[in-house]
Amino acid sequence: MSRNAQNDHLTRLEQTSIHVFREAFANFRSVCMPWSMGKDSNVLIWLARKAFCGKIPFPLLHIDTTYEFPEMYEFREKAKAIHGIDLIVRVNEDAIRRGIGYSTHDPVTVTHELKTVPFKAAIDEFKWDALVTGIRRDEDPTRAKERWFSPRSAEGNWDYKDQPPEFWGQFASTAPEGGHVRVQPLLEWTELDIWEYIRRENIPNPTLYFSRNGKRFRSLGCHPITHPVDSPASNIDEVIEELKLTKTSERAGRAQDHVGRNSMQELRAKGFM
Amino acid sequence: MNTQNLSQPVSSPSLSIEDHRKMHVVVVGHVDHGKSTFVGRLLNDTDSLPNGKIEQVRKNCAIEGMEFEYAFLLDALIEEQEQNITIDTTRIFFRTKQRAYAIIDAPGHKEFLKNMVTGAASASAALLLIDAKEGVMDQSRRHAFLLSLLGVKQLVVLVNKMDLVNHDEATYEKIRTEYSAFLKTLGLNAVHFIPIAAKHGENVVERSTKMNWWKGPTVTEALDNFAHEDDLTGLPLRLPVSDIYRFDERRIIAGRVEAGAIRPGDELIFQPGGRRSTVRTFEDWPGPQSREVVGTGGSASVTLSEQIFVERGQVASHPSNQPRVGREFRARIFWLGKEPLQQNKTYRLRLLTQNVEAVIAKIEKITDASTLESKEGTSVPRDSICEVIVRATRNIAYDLHNECPITGRFALEEGGRIHGGGIILDAISKSEAPSGKVTASERGARAGHPPAVVWFTGLSGSGKSTIAEAVERRLFDACRNVIRVDGDDLRVSLNRDLGFSAADRAESVRRASAVAGLFAGTGHITLVTLIAPLAADRAKARAALANHTFIEVFVDAPLAVCESRDVKGLYAKARRGEIAEFTGISSPYEAPEAPEVHIKTDKTSQEEAVDLVLSAIDKVLQGKGDDWEV
Repeated sequence: MSRNAQNDHLTRLEQTSIHVFREAFANFRSVCMPWSMGKDSNVLIWLARKAFCGKIPFPLLHIDTTYEFPEMYEFREKAKAIHGIDLIVRVNEDAIRRGIGYSTHDPVTVTHELKTVPFKAAIDEFKWDALVTGIRRDEDPTRAKERWFSPRSAEGNWDYKDQPPEFWGQFASTAPEGGHVRVQPLLEWTELDIWEYIRRENIPNPTLYFSRNGKRFRSLGCHPITHPVDSPASNIDEVIEELKLTKTSERAGRAQDHVGRNSMQELRAKGFM
Repeated sequence: MNTQNLSQPVSSPSLSIEDHRKMHVVVVGHVDHGKSTFVGRLLNDTDSLPNGKIEQVRKNCAIEGMEFEYAFLLDALIEEQEQNITIDTTRIFFRTKQRAYAIIDAPGHKEFLKNMVTGAASASAALLLIDAKEGVMDQSRRHAFLLSLLGVKQLVVLVNKMDLVNHDEATYEKIRTEYSAFLKTLGLNAVHFIPIAAKHGENVVERSTKMNWWKGPTVTEALDNFAHEDDLTGLPLRLPVSDIYRFDERRIIAGRVEAGAIRPGDELIFQPGGRRSTVRTFEDWPGPQSREVVGTGGSASVTLSEQIFVERGQVASHPSNQPRVGREFRARIFWLGKEPLQQNKTYRLRLLTQNVEAVIAKIEKITDASTLESKEGTSVPRDSICEVIVRATRNIAYDLHNECPITGRFALEEGGRIHGGGIILDAISKSEAPSGKVTASERGARAGHPPAVVWFTGLSGSGKSTIAEAVERRLFDACRNVIRVDGDDLRVSLNRDLGFSAADRAESVRRASAVAGLFAGTGHITLVTLIAPLAADRAKARAALANHTFIEVFVDAPLAVCESRDVKGLYAKARRGEIAEFTGISSPYEAPEAPEVHIKTDKTSQEEAVDLVLSAIDKVLQGKGDDWEV
């Protein structure tokens, strides 16, 4: 595909995401990008480097639940070196001392304690006023309502009933008092777009996404609650072919989404990404 | 283990990458005219729902003792199910055999018009539903008016709930005749009026067997005939500057091409300001090659051949086809704010990356969006349309909306939140421009920045002049109006009659502040370097210059360091008693308690000191509400 082609679907998505990155960096005092090391996160890194001509001019944040797959820690160090990432890592040591874990607690509690709590603490510590997330509208119905720039209150709450209007490329440019703005460059992308872009740009990713012994991970989270799907797709081409035919949802293997009917919404109202 | 079989083929059509480009379609219409039901049905009938989704919603309905409805598929949040309305712009993806779509289910509830605007602004086509039984309602008209303002030109009207009117052609015809006439007054034209019964899937994907009189397309057939939005690459170049990056030795102008196309070697003119340079390179990462051309929608990273001053907000174009530059125009505005839009009130106007203060100089007429009746008034309530004269506090670059839509429209913001948008109809000619005394804001508008007084205080030999000279150089090179008022120069001219007594020092500070005030009054950033050892004298200077931004810079060098430098040999003379009342030796220096900038010369390099002063100037001037970058 020609690098000059402006009209192909992936390039249009890419160029729009770059614009969102640049507007965020120009508008906000202090930007941070949480990094899950998953495929969407890695595409974000790539887009940030494109937006800022090779260098990511803000830090990345990894909230380490201590339940990451071992391969993810290896990938973290590798990617850090490849991309020249300024990485902040935070763990909720207190919760771990209190014995919060998947063997003793339900996934919603653990996700809240080990992800949301240290995440909010890091925001308080560094006073970021903009956070770049990898949220896509096709992931989950609650995410379909997101904006490119989505203000969050000081408590991290998302007032989805009264969101600012967003049109003609004019975004919410100021964070609420004490709060921040979520910047979401991947909003218009689908899971298939992500994989087609990874293939086109040759973006490094963990190999857990590819089939081993007839199973692969489609979405990655904490290992006790993230389940592989049956799939023979052992490389990017096969993953893309599979996604073109599938009708199961991407996060089907993520247990915390399925505890109650509105568990995702509850998690997100409390500040979950 | 929660595993699922992904490899099993299903009937959903597979798409090649070429036709994968999604079309954004917005679904609008009066509340309860069946938008969510229609979208739910569309997803179902195009086989675009995830496995188990229908079953899950049916199960939830059963649990809550409700009858299943297709609308529930979209109503993902609890509140919506409680209120039975769609709160916010939901974006759903589906595919026909022809191509992929992102469908925006815009709400019909009056309170949520801003969400409808958000959805419709990003759509290239619209489906507008009208309930066959209720007929054309308030929101049917209002939404069409907004579509015309937002520039959505491809429209199909769906006359829904035909099952409730016995699939009667006459009822359909009556609605079509009435509503086409209304659309015509807005300059809109519906490609089709399709009779449907969304609840039963009639004429959505499958042709209805109960309306044989309808010979036109089904909804999906009509959708597949829509064209993608206009390609603006053929228009004149409009590249608004988003930012200037200096992460390494490169100075990169970053921005998105909003219209036209740009190539290395192109001569550019940046408006407002009018400075010119040539595109040297595109700095595309990862390389090694960069693009040969960046067309509309492309993000560009440009280096220039000449180091001219460029800042966020300016619009680059080719000199042969520039945007207009001015600060007063007539616009049509839709207002979504909770508080009414007020005549003579100042808002922030955002046009591309420009962000300036602008006053609504006159509200010419207020139009009821559903009846199209106009009236006069000085305040415009929420969800209304009006025509106004907008006067910005400084020049902006823009086009008329009918010349280039993307640079001919703007948003109005107050308190960090967007409350309305508008399209530019006409420029106001010079003869209507203000006359009389030239104001400070007019001078600021011409300079492109407000004035300021930067007062460097510190011991003799502390380095005030050296830092001030470097700051002056940087500002000058950045095309700022800047001037330096040096204490030593004044001493041999204006202050020739003054000595070093406390009274004379006070008078010297008074005269220096008067001179600084005159320069600032002409719009200059005025750099004063004067020891001004006494806090009381400095406080008087600040008070005398209260009309201007005042930045006190304390150049804090230890006495021993100043004395060891002794460039002018003054310390040696003072020690020998040849100069009486010499600051630091035989006369006190009262260090400022809360200077805007405190430079400790033993801990800060000269370069860092210059940056500190520049960023303080930058910050304070930005705080005054003007975009300003050094």
